[in-house]
Amino acid sequence: MSPTQSSAADVVLEADHVTKHFEISGGLGRDTTIHAVEDATLQLRRGQIVALVGESGSGKTTLARLLAQFYPLTSGQIRLDGEPVRTKHEFADREYYSRVQLIFQDPFGALNPQKSVRHALERALKLHHTFNGREELEQRMLELMERVNLTPAADLIDAYPHQLSGGQRQRLVIARALAVDPEVLLADEPISMLDVSIRLDILNLLRRLRDEEDLAMLYITHDIASARYLANTVQVMYAGQTVEGGPVESVIQDPQHPYTKLLIDASPDPESALSAEGSGDLGEPPNLADPPAGCRFHLRCPFAMDICKTEFPKRSELGNGHWTHCWLHAERPQPTTES
Amino acid sequence: MSMRRLLRSGRVRAGLIILAVFLVVALFGPWFVDHVLGMPAEAIDYDALHQPPGGRHPLGTTNNGQDVLSQVIVGARSSVAVGVTSAVLATVLAILVGVTGGFLGGRTDQLLTMFTNLFITMPSFALILIVAGYVQGVTWMVVAFLIGIFEWPGGARYLRSQTLSLRTRDFALAMRVLGETRSRLIFSEILPHLTGIISALFLRAMVAGIMAEAGLAFLGISADTISWGTMIEDSRNQSAIRLGYWWWYLPPGLCLALIGTATALINFGIDELSNPRLQGKERKLVRKFDKARRRAHLKKTEAAAQKDAAGRVMVG
Amino acid sequence: MLEVSGLTVDYLTANGPVRSCNGVDLTVHEREIVGIAGESGSGKSTLITALTRLQRPPAVTTAGSILYHSPGHEPVELTTMTDGELRRLRWNEIAIVMQSAMDCMNPVMRLGDQFADTLRAHRPGIRRQAVKERTAELLQLVGVPADRARSYPHQLSGGMRQRSLIALALACDPRVVVMDEPTTAVDVVMQRQILTQLLSLQDRLGFAVVFVTHDLSLLVQLADRIAIMYAGRIVEEAVSDQIYRNPFHPYTRGLRDAFPSLHAPMGELSGISGNPPDLRNPPSGCPFHPRCPQRLEQCDSVLPELLPIDGRRVACHLHTTPQEEISR
Repeated sequence: MSPTQSSAADVVLEADHVTKHFEISGGLGRDTTIHAVEDATLQLRRGQIVALVGESGSGKTTLARLLAQFYPLTSGQIRLDGEPVRTKHEFADREYYSRVQLIFQDPFGALNPQKSVRHALERALKLHHTFNGREELEQRMLELMERVNLTPAADLIDAYPHQLSGGQRQRLVIARALAVDPEVLLADEPISMLDVSIRLDILNLLRRLRDEEDLAMLYITHDIASARYLANTVQVMYAGQTVEGGPVESVIQDPQHPYTKLLIDASPDPESALSAEGSGDLGEPPNLADPPAGCRFHLRCPFAMDICKTEFPKRSELGNGHWTHCWLHAERPQPTTES
Repeated sequence: MSMRRLLRSGRVRAGLIILAVFLVVALFGPWFVDHVLGMPAEAIDYDALHQPPGGRHPLGTTNNGQDVLSQVIVGARSSVAVGVTSAVLATVLAILVGVTGGFLGGRTDQLLTMFTNLFITMPSFALILIVAGYVQGVTWMVVAFLIGIFEWPGGARYLRSQTLSLRTRDFALAMRVLGETRSRLIFSEILPHLTGIISALFLRAMVAGIMAEAGLAFLGISADTISWGTMIEDSRNQSAIRLGYWWWYLPPGLCLALIGTATALINFGIDELSNPRLQGKERKLVRKFDKARRRAHLKKTEAAAQKDAAGRVMVG
Repeated sequence: MLEVSGLTVDYLTANGPVRSCNGVDLTVHEREIVGIAGESGSGKSTLITALTRLQRPPAVTTAGSILYHSPGHEPVELTTMTDGELRRLRWNEIAIVMQSAMDCMNPVMRLGDQFADTLRAHRPGIRRQAVKERTAELLQLVGVPADRARSYPHQLSGGMRQRSLIALALACDPRVVVMDEPTTAVDVVMQRQILTQLLSLQDRLGFAVVFVTHDLSLLVQLADRIAIMYAGRIVEEAVSDQIYRNPFHPYTRGLRDAFPSLHAPMGELSGISGNPPDLRNPPSGCPFHPRCPQRLEQCDSVLPELLPIDGRRVACHLHTTPQEEISR
């Protein structure tokens, strides 16, 4: 089922024109504002994986953490089942987290080094479910471990994080998130810290979870090839702005935004040889404490126009659910001003 | 788990043994002095005034004919008692203020930090002197309390910064995303990571307490009980240094130094554990290997040279 | 140019030595880009540090030799060199680029001063003006504006730092540049930029490159020849195209298939099952046998040798055992 056909009822969690600015006090009144996420819109649907692709500093992790209610929004709204979510200070209540879970990038960091596998799973289960006695709890823990292929479960349940391999640790992190029976899984670069040979295993696990448990999933990555492998739809972020999105094949095989093109061209692809030609300067992302006006990619864009420097384009629909924020595809505003 | 690794270090074991000896002395010393040595610390031996070590008095006697060994043993009790009590107080305060501020953040943290900084900038020793001057009948508890109340701010600051960084570590965030309760987050996830720091803080506070007690006694603020501080103060009062009665002030001084050394040894051990670069065992192995290789290399070149020489002889 | 044979490196630990590089043979020819691919713990970084004699205790080279050939000179043995001889060889002949530029640069020294230090150390008597000109030239070579020489490392972006590090490596016109995951810490676009620059520099200056990474698809694009390492040994070595199109060793195949493709039609990929080996307690026989989908009977007991077959080298019983024996 392509996302265009799916109805709005499938949407579990959505970010609606979300903006996040971090105020950082530099002492002596030299406060700076980091424009981390600007006007981002994102919908997570049951049984679908959305990949959020971008380089470091593109705001993809911030967006995921906003969805996990790590910090309050600057503007915009996050809705769960259509209901706006409001958190006062930081972090939501247990009720919210029983439906939305987050998987961290670094599985070693996400596990308390002093606590065993049993502790991690037991806390997650006990916080969100009630059990009739130890036996049932024990049974559930072993089941969870089996579900993520953390086997032999009976042997590993008393292990400590440092006794597990990288892949096993990430499986444990996933199992812990699954323990609460969430509807949404936010995965923040879940494979980037893992060894190459086990990355695919974890991707396959996430894929299976989507299909078998009908999970809505956000997959954050800088690796566009893995996004193609895992996701149904993809959104590309650059310097806090969402620049393009749509069905994964459509975006990757036929990118419309110059940044998406650059990103795909730059990704390693054994099918095409690397040549010394075109070793020109491709530029670097802007400083988010003082981002350029308009489209933030205009400094590096080979097609930059005057309007790109002043105004960020509205979303242009390209058909079949594919869209982009780019003046190359947007209708220019009339030169006459309203009067 | 890490305790066992800690105990493997010779330094830590030496430090712990020294501390344990002093603790035993503090607990059973007075009984031992009265019933085994039969020489109560206050008893005066008129036949032996300011005697150097030897004979009936292994460490000599004071100007008044009191046995120095007995005094050192009995003095250990109040010194250690003041040290431990003030350290408990200081550590508890440091944890309360530091961990709470670091964990909660925001307004609470600002307030607690201000409070901590206030205490740090206060001239603590002078304040203790002034307060003690007003208190009628100073007991060792009062001394311990006064010392403890000024001993915590440094530790609190350190614990705050550590808690702050632990709180934003991924594993703590992960537990928050599970909806873990606040008290469990503090006591089960964060505090266990601070045990090393807390025990180091405690030891440091204890030594500082013992030293402060001696210092206060030296300045005339002490309970009536004998402590190492009062011993040194008495000896100074009676011009022991000028008269050359070294056996009077040296033993309590050495005891103070020994306790300081013991805690330093233990802290080294804790450091070594938390900083793997300092681990010496592997370095030793490599040195051994290098030596063996150099020797082998030398032998090879020697043999080659010999062969060479032999070859030359053959040719010649 | 570089001839490594039987190189063995142990990490001395309290519980006995851990062998992280085991009898590695590798040759680097002039003007060649040799890629070394492997996962963490495969010994690829250990190999690099041993190759450049930069390893720190507790890592020690226990066996093997590294011969360095230069035209008009006798080949020299790197493993028995003294520190002084090594210092002369480094930068002038062999230069190194590490993964994290931040760790390799002095944080309190301006970029230009670091260049000056290196140049003066290896070109005694070089004039001040010449140092300045050379620094500007080197920075421009990698596309960093020359006025950046006045910046401190932390003032540069990650990409610029990494490029400056490459420029620094080229300061004394080395004949071999050894690179240990030089692009892991930067983003894909910057990675592409650095790599194309590296290629054009190599084209112009004619140095050889030893490039270590875990990213096989990147290596296929970049390198002439690739050696695949697993558990401290080279398990396959061949021309890049052969590694990608027709890998012999099951591990190489698994590694290749572990990277989803960008454009090719794609089905479910399987990757490599199981966990990387524990070097403290390596598996018997072929170290890959517990994870191998094409395991033979002798794999758990007999260690396959790295043997030349069809213009490549591979260490696998599948290819070194005569066909009739397999079917038996």
